[in-house]
Amino acid sequence: MQKIEAVIQPSKLDAVKDALLEVGIEGMTILEARGHGRQKGHTEFYRGREYTVDLLPKIKIELVVRDEMADKAVQAILSSARTGKIGDGKIFISKIDDAIRIRNDERGPSAL
Amino acid sequence: MLTSAALVLMMTGPGLALFYGGLVRRKNVLATMMQSFAMMCIVSVLWAIVTYSLAFGPGNSFIGGFHYLFLHHVGLLPDPDYGATVPAQTYMIYQLMFAIITPALICGAFAERMKFSAMCLFLTLWTILVYSPMAHMVWGKGGFLNAALGGRVPCLDFAGGTVVHITSGVSALVCALYMGKRVGYPKEPSPPHSVVLSFIGACMLWVGWFGFNAGSAVAANGLATSAFVNTHFATAAAAISWSIAEWIRNGKPSALGAISGAVAGLVAITPASGFVQPMSALVIGAVAGAFCYLMVTKVKSWFGYDDSLDAFGVHGAGGTIGAILTGFFASSAINPIFGAGKATGAIDGNWHQVLNQLVGVAIAWGLSIVGTLVLLKLVDMTIGLRVTREEEIEGLDVTQHGEEGYDFAS
Repeated sequence: MQKIEAVIQPSKLDAVKDALLEVGIEGMTILEARGHGRQKGHTEFYRGREYTVDLLPKIKIELVVRDEMADKAVQAILSSARTGKIGDGKIFISKIDDAIRIRNDERGPSAL
Repeated sequence: MLTSAALVLMMTGPGLALFYGGLVRRKNVLATMMQSFAMMCIVSVLWAIVTYSLAFGPGNSFIGGFHYLFLHHVGLLPDPDYGATVPAQTYMIYQLMFAIITPALICGAFAERMKFSAMCLFLTLWTILVYSPMAHMVWGKGGFLNAALGGRVPCLDFAGGTVVHITSGVSALVCALYMGKRVGYPKEPSPPHSVVLSFIGACMLWVGWFGFNAGSAVAANGLATSAFVNTHFATAAAAISWSIAEWIRNGKPSALGAISGAVAGLVAITPASGFVQPMSALVIGAVAGAFCYLMVTKVKSWFGYDDSLDAFGVHGAGGTIGAILTGFFASSAINPIFGAGKATGAIDGNWHQVLNQLVGVAIAWGLSIVGTLVLLKLVDMTIGLRVTREEEIEGLDVTQHGEEGYDFAS
């Protein structure tokens, strides 16, 4: 089992969700996050004081998939989230030790 | 008059509560709103018991007496000196709303760092020792500065430029200097948590101010119309003036800037509202917008004081410039306050009035500085003014009131 964490632009969330659904992935966790890589932020002014805002809104998608689905999932995210500009985001992949379904204690890949 | 009184109360709750509440960080939103609300409650009780008497009761040139203690002699028949066509209690309740908002304005200077208990004690004493004498001097019968009722130095202040805005604004500056800066100021940014709330509050202030200024005519007549019209035009001009200044300096006009400019205009026109021509109101507003913009952006950073919500920059500075400009633009064609055919302001040829305004301004500044310093020291020595550093970092909502403004999880 593989964990796929993708940090993407918030405006791409719908496209990524649709793309994942199309390759057969239904389970995911979505988090609202803030962050930046090489993307610069912007400045805001309040009553003459300048504030630099460099923690930008992002969406983080977390999926745990069977090994054989991992490549398809990554491809789906890449094709739907990419704009070609700085700030598109990143995908991280790690190995998962176990997965358990809370409802009936099912374990392993069949719990996914 | 009752409607005007209600409008002025609305300026404090929720107008000022929202305006200030939106400007602070989320962790302090309730504490900030609570400060305005506490004034609505505490000042009202004080007024009923003693401060109306101290402000408007017969006394000497500087303070009233106890003739109206517990509102004795303040009944439903008109008082010939205070609104000869409305019940005395109408005048009393109208004036109360001014007494409420004045200390509430000061809270802008020490936002996010004063103990609730200390604020209650300090502002109670301030209402008795600073507001009441100032109100008496300008509006009370026999008051030293009363232009309408025989003051030694007649200072023109139609709706409270000196009584409300200079006193609160200058006292605010003293508070900011005495109490010191917030933790992390100015290095750590503390932007407003909701300019939306401030926007709503500012619009309520604009509408409510018609009660503040037009109501000060204490009659439904031409003078009330003049005050209403002047208030509106000055505010519009000031908002534009601040926005232009900001557009030039930052490249973009902000919503916060526009509403701040509007408030600056409202403040500046307050003493002038029932004395000037509409075109003069436009000029006063335009000047105030730009002047207060400079006070809030440049002057504050030059001197480095932490007047958190710009109570001095907008009310102290706006009130001062408004009071002085009143001396220039007051016209007997609008309000022949010194007698039919007698010149009122410089525009009529009475340049001496500008000097009278300066006396009023100086007294307001002096009383505020001395009174505030003494009371701050007193409260600081007894119960302490400031929350601890840990409490300030955690936030006043939780530490002073045991609650949170927003619970997004529930």
